[in-house]
Amino acid sequence: MSGNLLEINDLHVNAGDKEILKGLNLSIPFNEIHAIMGPNGSGKSVLSNVLSGNEDYKVTSGQIIFKNKNITELKPNEISNLGLFMAFQYPLEIPGVTIMNFLKTIHEANRRANGLEVLGPSDFLKYVREKAEILGINDEVLKRQLNVGFSGGEKKRNETLQLLVLDPVLTILDETDSGLDVDALDIVSDGIVGMKNEENSFLVITHYKKLLDKLSPSKVHILVDGRIVESGGPDLADKIENKGFESFN
Amino acid sequence: MNKKINKPSEKDFNNPYEFGFETDIETVFAPKGLNEDVVRFISDKKEEPKWLLDWRLDSYNRWLKMKEPDWSSLRYPKIDYQDAYYFSAPKEIEKPKSLDEVDPKLIETYNKLGIPLKEQEWLAGVAVDAVFDSVSLGTTFKEKLKEDGVIFCSFSEAVKEHPEIIKKYLGTVVPNSDNFFATLNSAVFSDGSFVYIPPGVTCPMELSTYFRINAAGTGQFERTLLIADEDSYVSYLEGCTAPMRDEHQLHAAVVELVALKGAEIKYSTVQNWYPGDEEGKGGVYNFVTKRGDCRGDNSKISWTQVETGSAITWKYPSCILKGDNSSGEFHSIAISNNYQQVDSGTKMLHLGKNTKSRIISKGVSSGSSSNTYRGQVNIHPKSENSRNFTQCDSLLLTGNCSATTIPYVESKNKTSTIEHEATSSKISEDQLFYCLQRGLDEEEAIALIVNGFCKEVLQKLPMEFAVEAQKLLEISLEGSVG
Repeated sequence: MSGNLLEINDLHVNAGDKEILKGLNLSIPFNEIHAIMGPNGSGKSVLSNVLSGNEDYKVTSGQIIFKNKNITELKPNEISNLGLFMAFQYPLEIPGVTIMNFLKTIHEANRRANGLEVLGPSDFLKYVREKAEILGINDEVLKRQLNVGFSGGEKKRNETLQLLVLDPVLTILDETDSGLDVDALDIVSDGIVGMKNEENSFLVITHYKKLLDKLSPSKVHILVDGRIVESGGPDLADKIENKGFESFN
Repeated sequence: MNKKINKPSEKDFNNPYEFGFETDIETVFAPKGLNEDVVRFISDKKEEPKWLLDWRLDSYNRWLKMKEPDWSSLRYPKIDYQDAYYFSAPKEIEKPKSLDEVDPKLIETYNKLGIPLKEQEWLAGVAVDAVFDSVSLGTTFKEKLKEDGVIFCSFSEAVKEHPEIIKKYLGTVVPNSDNFFATLNSAVFSDGSFVYIPPGVTCPMELSTYFRINAAGTGQFERTLLIADEDSYVSYLEGCTAPMRDEHQLHAAVVELVALKGAEIKYSTVQNWYPGDEEGKGGVYNFVTKRGDCRGDNSKISWTQVETGSAITWKYPSCILKGDNSSGEFHSIAISNNYQQVDSGTKMLHLGKNTKSRIISKGVSSGSSSNTYRGQVNIHPKSENSRNFTQCDSLLLTGNCSATTIPYVESKNKTSTIEHEATSSKISEDQLFYCLQRGLDEEEAIALIVNGFCKEVLQKLPMEFAVEAQKLLEISLEGSVG
């Protein structure tokens, strides 16, 4: 038994016939924020998708251990209900389904899967409003269809609301900062900082340093060509900012 | 107009047997097959006046000369009309003796819908001989309606009690020469509902066949006539969310609506007849003619339907917009799974000036089913400044199913406009993965997406129906993936 929340051991992953992750190792302890930086095509998004159980990608060897449980073969919803949340780089639209209805449906599914009682309508409404307020989302927005007609930044804010409502133990932010203006970045990162506690961890996948400045990760990993090529403290992000990924090739 | 109506409470819906259900153990049936004698037998059993018998016979003779329509996209084995009972099949035939003999899938569905055991037996057509307490609530409703002068009774009763109204309106919207199935119905209709709303009256409650479904007996050849007199309003709910098993495979119902000057009729249907098993065996063939006549100026008729049942559905609820400024609406959700075939849509016939029609059709197909929207919009040369808007959306869940949209549009008046929008989509893998990542399983995810897709129509249903209908959509699509 390891003391880590997430452990990835020698993970090889194919997209079609092409190997994308080529023996990736990564450990994230409880109560830490880790960042993964890497150039385009290095496998960052594939990693977050594989951790979430996306069946478009095939794990050819290696293991993903989450909460001491091998989740390599689990379905996306099973992984989700264990407490893993992925904030999508491109959140999907679900026409006709209001944000409120979506939140209620996923929250109930999550509670049921964990043997918890489902909140009554008024308790749930109160709970959601609390979270929505942190992000500056009002009731009118909650009545809108999920992500339909929202700007890129607003969609990320909707993702963050789902994150706060589900309150997972591990959150993967898949380039959540891309497409965000400074104000939106502030709102989203404040929301995330606000939910950080001793029981949860974050894996922040990003191109840029801006979000990392806000979240101050304890570790930064550099992903190049399907492998973690270097891990270090926050200063590693500064190095990337100044010199780019060239030096790691 | 005050549209506030007293809705029966949820409790009332959970205690259907308080509504005076009764079982008639007597078996009276005509021999198999159809001829003039059978038509006379039916009319005689119902103690009908001569004019109605003559109308039935006239219908029968017209029917003999008619051909079964073959223009739809439906494929089914030839129906032998002489191999059917037209008046109360003998009860012992094909009736399961207990729920143990009924398709377990059906029972599963009843349980999911939370239907009490006794009612399950009744719905599944189990030969029960228990006599349910006939009470009160049903009667209470009747009293209340009577105060306002609303007539709501079975068709047979109306023939006896209000022959003058029946005579005035029967066959004036769907004539007995209309089409093969409607003409057959006109000859042999068993029973159905009759509604009359007097001038200026807003019907104090939603009228539902659910209250008196047992009295209607067989739904095989149902005949419904609904008249909303000047400036009146009525909302009528037909059907039941529970799948009904029936020994009759062939159903041919006729519904006629008449809206006089300034009247409004809202007609909602949830149809969930037995669709057959997963291999497509059994199931009801449903050939329905539903038509509303906006006879007076400023009248309005709206059809809302959720169709999830039947092996075969042939149904085109229509509006004749005769009165000036009249309007017609059609909101439809048609779900098809396994081997179900749906050919459904509407006709909007614009005759009066400034008439409006709006068509919203949502088709969801899964399994190996086929789902066709067939609609006709016709604007008459004298129908000035009339407008139609049509939106047909199809959602496909599997690769084996099909969705087709066949709109016929014709405008013969330059001042009038017709708009048509159609979309066809599949649930994307990305959308599914997104929902799964949030913790929903595949069925929950599909139910959520489908409910979103159908929302515009679901919102048109009366509240108590909408909740049930939403649950029904989920159940109808179970097992459609994976």
